[in-house]
Amino acid sequence: MAQITREQVAHVAGLARLQLTDDELATFTSQLAKVLDHARDVEALDVGDVPPTAHPFPLQNVLRPDEPAPGLDRAAVLDGAPAVEGARFRVPPVLGEAP
Amino acid sequence: MASPWETVVGLEVHTELDTATKLFCSCPNRFGDEPNTNVCPVCLGLPGSLPVLNAQAVELAVRLGRALGCEVRRSVFARKNYFYPDMPKDYQISQYDLPVNVDGVVELPSGHRIGVERAHLEEDTGKSTHVGGSGRIRDAGYSLVDYNRAGVPLLEIVSRPDLRSADEARAYVTELRAILVATGVSDAKMEEGSLRVDANVSVHHPGAPFGTRCEVKNLNSLRSLGRAVEHEASRQVALLEAGEVVRQETRHWDEAGGRTHTLRSKEEAEDYRYFPEPDLVPLDPGDAWVARVDAALPPLPAQRRAALAEAAGAAGTAEAVAIAVERGLDELALATIAAGADAERVLTHVEHNLAVEGASALDPGRLAALVKLEVGGQLTATQAKAVLAEMVASGGDPAAIAEAKGFEAMGDDALSAAVEGVIAAHPGEWQRFVDGDDKARGKLTGFFVGQVMRATHGQADGRAVTGVLRRRAGV
Amino acid sequence: MTVADHAHGDTALSIAAAVRSGARSALDVVEAHLAAIAAGDGDIHAFNLVTAEGARQAAMAVDRRLATGDDVGRLAGVPVALKDNLCTSGVPTTCSSRILDGWRPPYDATVVERLAAAGAVVVGKTNLDEFAMGSSTENSAFGPTRNPHDTSRVPGGSSGGSAAAVAAGFAPLALGSDTGGSIRQPAALCGVVGMKPTYGAVSRYGLVAFASSLDQVGPFARTVADAAALFEVVAGHDPRDSTSIPEPVPPVSAVLGEGVAGLRVGLVTELVEAEGVQPDVTARVRQAAAALEGAGAEVREVSVPAVAYGLSAYYLIAPAEASSNLARYDGVRFGLRVDGPTTGEMYDRTRTQGFGPEVKRRIMLGTYALSAGYYDAFYGKSQRVRTLILRDLDSAYQDVDVLVGPTAPSTAFPLGAKTADPLTMYLNDVCTIPSNLAGHPAMSVPFGTGEDGLPVGVQVMAPAWGEGTMFRVAAALEAAATTA
Ligand SMILES: [Mg+2]
Ligand SMILES: [Zn+2]
Repeated sequence: MAQITREQVAHVAGLARLQLTDDELATFTSQLAKVLDHARDVEALDVGDVPPTAHPFPLQNVLRPDEPAPGLDRAAVLDGAPAVEGARFRVPPVLGEAP
Repeated sequence: MASPWETVVGLEVHTELDTATKLFCSCPNRFGDEPNTNVCPVCLGLPGSLPVLNAQAVELAVRLGRALGCEVRRSVFARKNYFYPDMPKDYQISQYDLPVNVDGVVELPSGHRIGVERAHLEEDTGKSTHVGGSGRIRDAGYSLVDYNRAGVPLLEIVSRPDLRSADEARAYVTELRAILVATGVSDAKMEEGSLRVDANVSVHHPGAPFGTRCEVKNLNSLRSLGRAVEHEASRQVALLEAGEVVRQETRHWDEAGGRTHTLRSKEEAEDYRYFPEPDLVPLDPGDAWVARVDAALPPLPAQRRAALAEAAGAAGTAEAVAIAVERGLDELALATIAAGADAERVLTHVEHNLAVEGASALDPGRLAALVKLEVGGQLTATQAKAVLAEMVASGGDPAAIAEAKGFEAMGDDALSAAVEGVIAAHPGEWQRFVDGDDKARGKLTGFFVGQVMRATHGQADGRAVTGVLRRRAGV
Repeated sequence: MTVADHAHGDTALSIAAAVRSGARSALDVVEAHLAAIAAGDGDIHAFNLVTAEGARQAAMAVDRRLATGDDVGRLAGVPVALKDNLCTSGVPTTCSSRILDGWRPPYDATVVERLAAAGAVVVGKTNLDEFAMGSSTENSAFGPTRNPHDTSRVPGGSSGGSAAAVAAGFAPLALGSDTGGSIRQPAALCGVVGMKPTYGAVSRYGLVAFASSLDQVGPFARTVADAAALFEVVAGHDPRDSTSIPEPVPPVSAVLGEGVAGLRVGLVTELVEAEGVQPDVTARVRQAAAALEGAGAEVREVSVPAVAYGLSAYYLIAPAEASSNLARYDGVRFGLRVDGPTTGEMYDRTRTQGFGPEVKRRIMLGTYALSAGYYDAFYGKSQRVRTLILRDLDSAYQDVDVLVGPTAPSTAFPLGAKTADPLTMYLNDVCTIPSNLAGHPAMSVPFGTGEDGLPVGVQVMAPAWGEGTMFRVAAALEAAATTA
């Protein structure tokens, strides 16, 4: 895989909703390049036939009974919020629909 | 001269599951409560909270899967990452490359079988209200978010591009809704948003490969679905016939304007960075669970239509049968026909006289008795309707009700006497009836029947009166 | 206050015994530790928040229950410090980040509930590398924690505050979290015992997530027996964590005294010879192995080749999961908001000003590793590397019961020494990461000092659910270390 570019780093910052100065962009580009370079050993491995692991125990079908339980007190929830109006969370204008 | 354009439609239906609690937490799954009253650390996405899967949501997912003849498989939840204020964690827990249900089919009343690619579990988002400006999203002053709906279980049901018209798209959603309701999986109310539809529309010449598709969003009713598909198809045809190309994009249906406009082009499509949800473990319902669901599956609309059509024979038009099933009166109709009642009359009552509360509670034997009185001429259609209304309202035996209403059938003597009285009162008309040709006689038949009806307060049977008149005139 | 004063400070078990017997009141114990914190934490900065009043209330409650003859629990009156990424109801939980400014969780983490049920008394929330991302506790929005053995040096990280608090005698016990070594490495650098349980042994409910498939909560203590007791108090199935193991936790305290005679111990070649491991550390590890042999264990060198890929796999998996776990810090529902003309602008400003550089770096790395076209090459492949590491470990465990190696490549390093180059800092985790990738238990036990006189930690690793054997070996090392 090719060296990570400044443009890719800028694109990724956009996806992650981070604003980078030109200096940060330069620093991050070289730092990420270094880490990804170290990761070439993994990248080079042929593990196509090896299954992935996420948990040392093969748990599955961990389920919860469909029984309602009291949630949080609304006042407590809204107290911690940056901006509230009429018991709803208030945000600046949202441009565009959800994807 | 090329063959005509053909519309190709695939639908993505999101339906809320009829569970008591949300998909990953124990908050009530309830529509219309006070904002932010059904929330907890999990469905608010508070730091440190973790999801735990609702067993009943899995049960309902498997139930729908089996109702559509899907293969139920080992599945894995995945995170779909994108920022939006009504999504608490800024990722949606969904299923991606390993959905729980694959390869099903929805059979339309027309008999056309529509493929279902997958039906997977995912969580719903909260609800944003856009305030200020015109209240529409683009010029809103700000937005308010209620998370009561966040985390409500959804099934995303993805059809194959097998639909060929706006009507068929509507028929597919109608049928899917009937299946969802019949299986108790969802109340599937488009108006309350518990069933939402996105349409992938393209056009091509039959035989040629499919054209470039556009996804149309914001379809809030069957009507807007039909209109949007028609509009989008003709927009694409117009482009192609003008020698232009259709760009793959997501478009928004504007109900008021009756048009679609671009939301996102393929180039600006989101990069969702799907990866397996590490806070959950794989889901594999397995053969035993699937068998249990299969055993408890209720008869589905298509099967019920087939059964009624067979019982009704020639009398059962596809439409009358479909209506009976839609109203949930097919079992009543079947039992009534089985009790010896005339199928056509039974379906007529179901279609015209039984679109009322309590109709399904009718006793088939008594409904059959009513139809027999009617066919036997002891009750007129008008009287039968009145008796039926009474039977639905307060039960009871049709003959008894007819009698109480003074509907007891007239004997032949009484009928002849009534006819004689009318003839005596209208000698001129009678002479013209006797001398006149069939055309004149036809008109006058109506006149005399009307007079007899009035004289007998509607107790006489029209066909019987006509018979007496013709015998009396010797024709 | 110096470490020496506390090297033989009261243990958790002796405190609990004294409180239960009525020889000492819980309030008296808590006041003594609050005094130690007041006197010493100015130099160390182990704590983000000292919950003095809450601690006094909790201690008095324990004393009242005791008076009424109730069972006051196994850790009655024992002060515990909590890493500040564990949710505490109504008490600020910051993850040492500006972005959680002002947030008070409306709920307690499961481990916090279990501590309270056992009669333990929380004395405060300890400093960490922001969102547990670091190996020195220098990446804290509230300034670094200093090593009680030498305040010019780091305590390690990310649970540096918890390690320092125990080393300095501010509390006999602390909880931390370990994603790539964040309990074991600071334990080694601060000369205390630190343990990472089998993945799924301790509930993650209420632990603010860094990398969900690797995170585990675990104990810090000055003795192996104290660590065992704290582990047993917090471990066990929790229906609120889907990855929690639904089986009884293997007994640990009960087997501590069984010794190591006949146990097979493997010295891991790849870890002893790992990138950047200092000779004096290696020497101590070999000495520890010899000590186990002296205690009757059978020691051999074993090779676990796949651990060589551990660091690379870890620095793709952990940032990828973190990039998603940290998306929710968006200024909408809790914590910091830096307002803007649109929600998008508000997101950008809030996250840009709320996160520190290391967190941004890992979010960027993880977002890149997951983004279109790179998933298979990076995250996908790394999850398969975990399987390779598991296979190599499993085959090693055919021949041995436990593995030993260094915990950290070096002793505590000076503040600022490794902040310039992220990769240099990441290399601190090379010996601890394999256990996280495998989901296996591992712990660090102090074993003498390096040439600089600073503590060295020896790491003991075991297969999944092998905590019992692991603790037996740790106890043997602890006994041998006093003479080392
Ligand atoms: Mg979806
Ligand atoms: Zn909830």
